[in-house]
Amino acid sequence: MNLEFLIALPEMVLLAGTCALMLVDLRWPGEGRRVTWIMAQCVLLACAASTLVVLFGSVTGKEALGDAGGIAVLYGFKRLFVADLMGHVLKLAAYGTVSLMLVYSRQYLLDRGLLRGEFVSLLLFALLGMMIMASANSFLTLYLGLELLSLCLYAMVALNRDSTASIEAAMKYFVLGALASGMLLYGMSMIYGATGSLALPEIARQVSQISKDGTQHTFLVFGLVFVVCGIAFKLGVVPFHMWIPDVYHGAPTAVTLVIGTAPKLAAFAMAMRLLVNGLLDLAHDWQQMLAILAVLSMALGNFAAIAQTNLKRMLAYSTIAHMGFMLLGLQSGVVGGNWLNAADAYAASMFYTLIYVLMSAGSFGMLVFLSHKGFECESLDDLKGLNRRNPWYAFLMLLMMFSLAGVPPTAGFYAKLVVLSAAVNAGQIWLAVAAVAFSVVGAFYYLRIVKLMYFDEPAEGVQGAPAFSRQTTGMRLLLSANGLALLALGLLPQPLMSLCFAAIKNL
Amino acid sequence: MFLSLAIWVPILAGLVVLVAGINAGDDRKAPLQRAIALAGAVAGFLVTIPLYTGFHLQGAGMQFVERLVWIPRFNIHYHLGVDGISMLFILLNAFITPLVVIAGWTVIQQRVGQYMAAFLIMSGLLNGVFSALDGMLFYVFFEATLIPMFIIIGVWGGTNRVYAALKFFLYTFFGSVLMLVSLLYLYNKSGGSFAIQDWWTLPLPLDAQLWLFFGLLFAFAVKVPMWPVHTWLPDAHVEAPTGGSVVLAAIMLKLGAYGFVRFSLPILPDASKELAWLMIALSLIAVVYIGLVALVQTDMKKLIAYSSISHMGFVTLGFFIFNVYGIEGALIQMISHGFISAAMFLCVGVMYDRMHTRNIADYGGVVNTMPKFAALMMLFAMANCGLPATSGFVGEFMVIMGAMKASFWLAFWAATTLVFGAAYTLWMYKRVIFGAVANDQVASLKDLNSRELLVLGLLAAAVLYMGVYPLPFTEVMHASVNDLLRHMALQKF
Repeated sequence: MNLEFLIALPEMVLLAGTCALMLVDLRWPGEGRRVTWIMAQCVLLACAASTLVVLFGSVTGKEALGDAGGIAVLYGFKRLFVADLMGHVLKLAAYGTVSLMLVYSRQYLLDRGLLRGEFVSLLLFALLGMMIMASANSFLTLYLGLELLSLCLYAMVALNRDSTASIEAAMKYFVLGALASGMLLYGMSMIYGATGSLALPEIARQVSQISKDGTQHTFLVFGLVFVVCGIAFKLGVVPFHMWIPDVYHGAPTAVTLVIGTAPKLAAFAMAMRLLVNGLLDLAHDWQQMLAILAVLSMALGNFAAIAQTNLKRMLAYSTIAHMGFMLLGLQSGVVGGNWLNAADAYAASMFYTLIYVLMSAGSFGMLVFLSHKGFECESLDDLKGLNRRNPWYAFLMLLMMFSLAGVPPTAGFYAKLVVLSAAVNAGQIWLAVAAVAFSVVGAFYYLRIVKLMYFDEPAEGVQGAPAFSRQTTGMRLLLSANGLALLALGLLPQPLMSLCFAAIKNL
Repeated sequence: MFLSLAIWVPILAGLVVLVAGINAGDDRKAPLQRAIALAGAVAGFLVTIPLYTGFHLQGAGMQFVERLVWIPRFNIHYHLGVDGISMLFILLNAFITPLVVIAGWTVIQQRVGQYMAAFLIMSGLLNGVFSALDGMLFYVFFEATLIPMFIIIGVWGGTNRVYAALKFFLYTFFGSVLMLVSLLYLYNKSGGSFAIQDWWTLPLPLDAQLWLFFGLLFAFAVKVPMWPVHTWLPDAHVEAPTGGSVVLAAIMLKLGAYGFVRFSLPILPDASKELAWLMIALSLIAVVYIGLVALVQTDMKKLIAYSSISHMGFVTLGFFIFNVYGIEGALIQMISHGFISAAMFLCVGVMYDRMHTRNIADYGGVVNTMPKFAALMMLFAMANCGLPATSGFVGEFMVIMGAMKASFWLAFWAATTLVFGAAYTLWMYKRVIFGAVANDQVASLKDLNSRELLVLGLLAAAVLYMGVYPLPFTEVMHASVNDLLRHMALQKF
């Protein structure tokens, strides 16, 4: 009996679990949907367990995690689906993030009457989409995952159907997202035309054989441009960033938390699968595109963030800048046909993405936490004097802000360090200098938040953290753990770094 | 082990101080927090004493070395060690920290725990900068010190504190990120090593050396600060609370100068020689022009801030004339300036706490009501202008001797500091302390209390001891400085 479909065990568990969860939610809606929430966490745990089962099932050698050599790359579903260490790591990170989001968003949604079963099922289906993207081995699979993820996110943005801002954001997201999907498909069809295959390994084989100056090569690069556009849209880098500020701003903060975190993991996976697994031989071409996108994003993101008075918009522009920084790693992999730097560079980007997701989850989580019934913590002034009212949460936010700014000894510094190191090793000193110069610009608006929390007196009519209650205990603990994790990863970044490196080696 | 203790004892004490007050709002636990802070600061000083007593004078290499793997993925080590150049700064820092804690004892009434903790944590981090032998470890400590100082200026500072804190942070941050790129370049060129001592022997072509020199120069010049990137310093000093100004002037400025001796000179000897003219020119501008700027200040703190820049110009001058007098003189000047500037800022703090003004014009005749204070401040003012038998004289004299060996005119312009320094310091002293009692507020001043007397007295003892008998300070650095000069004589490409 062929058991190769078992490598998709986590996806199957999640799909079955979510379907069951929808039924359970109908049967026991209850006060506050406690059953649904607990079940969702159980489903995530089961997914994590099954991912670990698949992971340890694919261990062949002794020195498994230390060196990727000991882990087999498994294919399934006629090679449409791949299970490798990068996919596993990204999936595990995604479970963790989604689990955090469930905890963070619960009280917020409850206070606003948005606590419906849909939120959980949409979130879990979005997660399924991300997992499929992380394991895609073919254009088709990848597109399937991407659309599943996107459709769930569109719906979630419109979760608060009485708010015109949310509806507008959802429409904008949907229209632009559809456009981006169209571009991606167009690019894929071009590449399909040139190579005659949708499977990424086959495409890679064909691309390496296509001569550098034939018509087919032109064809490929033409398709590549559209593929890169699609990726850039999903990452939200300049000039495909327009939707980010509006969607982040318009969506309920709990949903912004969702959009701003885990989907970045999926977007990174998508970039890796398409560009590295499929089109590595075109690296010379796409690296130049990514370099331009990176510089533009860092410039626009950081400068525009300074002008914002709304926290969510500010963090949205900061996302744009961070994704630009992450691209800096991706574009420094191959130097003049030499791949020596590649694993380091892609591992750096992966490390950056993981750390960014952690920072982003923490800072949006803090906004969710500080908002309570009838009060949205959205404007910069809402953070004024936080140190006076809640020194501990001010300290956590301080850690997150310094981490976003990339100041040691926080994790954000090492994220910047590994990416810069990749760029310098690739000989792109000037790109590195530009990147650090823009990060100084970026430091200004993160410092402004610290300034508001520590240097200013509390503003009139602004409330601090909600009163201590049993409902928020879990959130308090997790938020603290999230903030302290940034410090802990700053003091001991090694394990995560080697994990990323092993994951990329395993590609 | 002692180096690790010097770093972690203050940091842990700082964390204990924070934890002690975690659930007490409105500073109810302040007395306890003060006591813990003082105990931590004193303990932090005590653990550094073995660094001096156990130091081998003949050894030019690193001593008290500790080396653990930290981030093997990037070959980064927790690698500590001191030589004759860095050891004294750790002692200086550990000596200043308890004084800062005592000086803030009653002055700081709001968020006492956070204040004390910020200083203790910063003290540990600064020790880390002076003892790090791994480039990335150095950078982590170097940058991390910005966070507590930013908070100190911004929370307990004066009216324009937000501007000053942001300016301080962004200036230094900009400088240090360029250093980060330079360090990564060195890492790449050395085949994946962050060990500073490996970089010393790394052959580098001249053009790479020049680029790296500028990369590092930004970081260190901002920190020193050298003209023309000094403008953050007067703002930061004026707005910072007294303790912040003390640590800023006594220790933080030394980080930049220390960076030159630890990185620029030994790693990039050829570029250093090539660009010595530039560094000397910038140093002389700092000495002469900033000296003149100090003369016209109306705010006491600003005046001392400019005087600091001028004195630090002497330090960078000493480094870039490449002889043993120059470098040792500069190092001695750094230590001495640590004592004197700390004392001067504390003096201003003493007056500010009573009068709530730093304007020179608001004072006059303070000697009539505060004789003890006037006597002590006299000593520090004299030391600030380099009077023989005070510590200020030793360093300046050695640097001028070194400059004389290089060129007469260099020595001439450097020596003008003796005139300008005396002019701005003594003129300020005269206007503030002497003369008739200026107003009722001055008439009702109370002389130093025992706490202030203790702090200023300790500094006065240090200034006099170092001025009369500098041998204990100079003898520890001989071997290392000679070694540095021997190393610099070799061409690297």
